[in-house]
Amino acid sequence: MTTAGLEPSTSIPRSSQSRSKFGYVIPAVGFSLIAAFPFIAGPHYAILMFSGMGFAIALLGLNLLFGFTGLLSFGHAMFLAIGAYTTAYLTAAKIGNLEIILLTAAGVAILVAVPIGLLCIRYVRIYFSMLTLAFSMLLYSFLYKFYPITGGDEGLRIKMPRPALFDFSSLDTVGILTGPLYYYVFALLLLLTYAMWRIVSSPLGLGLRAIRENQQKAEYLGVNVQRNRLVVFVVAGVYGAIGGVIISIPVGLADPSLAYWVQSGNLVFMLLLGGYTNFFGPILGAVVFIFFQDQLMSHTEYWRLTFGILLALIVIFFPNGLMGIIDPRRRWSA
Amino acid sequence: MISSINILVSGVFSAAVLFLVSAGLQIVFGVQKIVNLACGSFYAIGAYFGITALSWALRLQLPAALFIPVLIASGLVLALVLGPPIERLLRSIYHRDEHFQLLLTFALVLMFEDIIRMFWGASPLQINNVYLAFGELRLAPDLTIPNYNLIVIAVALAISLGFGWFLQATRFGKMVRATAENASICEALCIDLRKVYAVVFTLGVALGTIGGALVIPATAASLDMGVELIVDAFAVVIIGGLGSMPGALLGALVVGLTRAAAIWLYPEFEMLAIYVIVIAVLILRPRGLLGKAA
Repeated sequence: MTTAGLEPSTSIPRSSQSRSKFGYVIPAVGFSLIAAFPFIAGPHYAILMFSGMGFAIALLGLNLLFGFTGLLSFGHAMFLAIGAYTTAYLTAAKIGNLEIILLTAAGVAILVAVPIGLLCIRYVRIYFSMLTLAFSMLLYSFLYKFYPITGGDEGLRIKMPRPALFDFSSLDTVGILTGPLYYYVFALLLLLTYAMWRIVSSPLGLGLRAIRENQQKAEYLGVNVQRNRLVVFVVAGVYGAIGGVIISIPVGLADPSLAYWVQSGNLVFMLLLGGYTNFFGPILGAVVFIFFQDQLMSHTEYWRLTFGILLALIVIFFPNGLMGIIDPRRRWSA
Repeated sequence: MISSINILVSGVFSAAVLFLVSAGLQIVFGVQKIVNLACGSFYAIGAYFGITALSWALRLQLPAALFIPVLIASGLVLALVLGPPIERLLRSIYHRDEHFQLLLTFALVLMFEDIIRMFWGASPLQINNVYLAFGELRLAPDLTIPNYNLIVIAVALAISLGFGWFLQATRFGKMVRATAENASICEALCIDLRKVYAVVFTLGVALGTIGGALVIPATAASLDMGVELIVDAFAVVIIGGLGSMPGALLGALVVGLTRAAAIWLYPEFEMLAIYVIVIAVLILRPRGLLGKAA
């Protein structure tokens, strides 16, 4: 019973890789839809998609940790908060350049993820989940309580950042978020999706899957388990912080609830909704969650109940999520 | 001196409640191997139901001496209603990866928040006058201790002693402990695991709901009290050791006293201090202070 934390995590569903000719159709259609979205939907929905892309980036990182390496973080929202607060501090200091903000957020995420990762990766299973939860709550309590530095429960305001080569002066906020900045974020999503694709198809990605399936065997085969896990934790943290920057832009506010454990739970929910066994599952999950939440909240006060029932159904009956239903044969992360 | 006695009493009071909820978390983890994120939600719904029960008792003008039994009974009734069906739901994932178990109980957290909202509304509820009806104990001219705090500490102690007796001395308690050690051998020995699991889970729920009901005279019930408590309960079981009952007691005392001292001395560090301890324990002694070695 007490050895539970020190054994490799097993029993995540696996399957053979089957690469059908049509396998690329679904993601291609999905990305085209995101690209065309500001033209086919109103500004409210385009801005929702903007946040959806932010969550999608964060979830790509989280899935490297969970889907590929078998480590379930229940504190990943701390990186969203790191991204959002970095944006807030930099824009308050009149540094509005989005590239600088993104790079700084990534840098801060690395600085935070390396020491935390060094501690967390020694544990797997439930202990990893609890330790990451503890760290995110540590950050939350700092953000919530240290009013003079962090703005306390009111959080910090964020001014609209600006990419280097763009001129926004003729546009209002909605115009920026549904126009140039939307496509900037879309390009970023494509870039980071491609980078993640390269990571998971590299020898490192193979090593991660080996660790997930059987840590001891992987070690015997010469996979450096601890180093691989640390790399994954840091990469996931960087993706989380970049996602956090993007999520915070339309909200215009960095507040401590971003780091709360329920937010981390929601991230894992999105991942499961989209399907953690599929490479594109995180992106689908983020977008569907954001839109579903928006629609539910406008119709009922009790959207959490609906979400809870939905999550329970997914966990019990559809553990491979939406991608598992749409495309049952393609499980790229397995 | 005075402040240290105040810290001690309020710290042990919150530790008593925290111990009840964490004991529920521990027994469910020990026997069913499920980390139940929803134990905070049971605590929250227990608190709201306690308000309903207590205002009913006030309407009937029951004497103050009956308030505690009414609260405990309300927690038990609620646990009997909630426990078995939820255990039935969890049965579908006993043999699944523990990540899914965590997520299913997270689904319960989301559901319970709205269930409470449906029945009791979104604004915090409070019962006035009951807390003071129990009077105060005056130790010195400028030092008083609310009697209610002492009563709750005594009740929590009584419940945990009764619980310990149940586990150690009764036949069913022995079956529960045997199941915790090795479920498949117990099944081979014709122990009805379904019954054991159903009883253990209902007991776990009862510890949460009673814990929630008991804080009601002292504090308001709010929608986020559940998700806030689960973080404390997690801290308790990590510090004490996952699955260990004495560990839960020690962990609850550490968390309760740390919180009380921090609120008194330096409020900004209230949560921070607890998490620093949690992380230190995880690093230095990952199985917790009283957790069993591998």
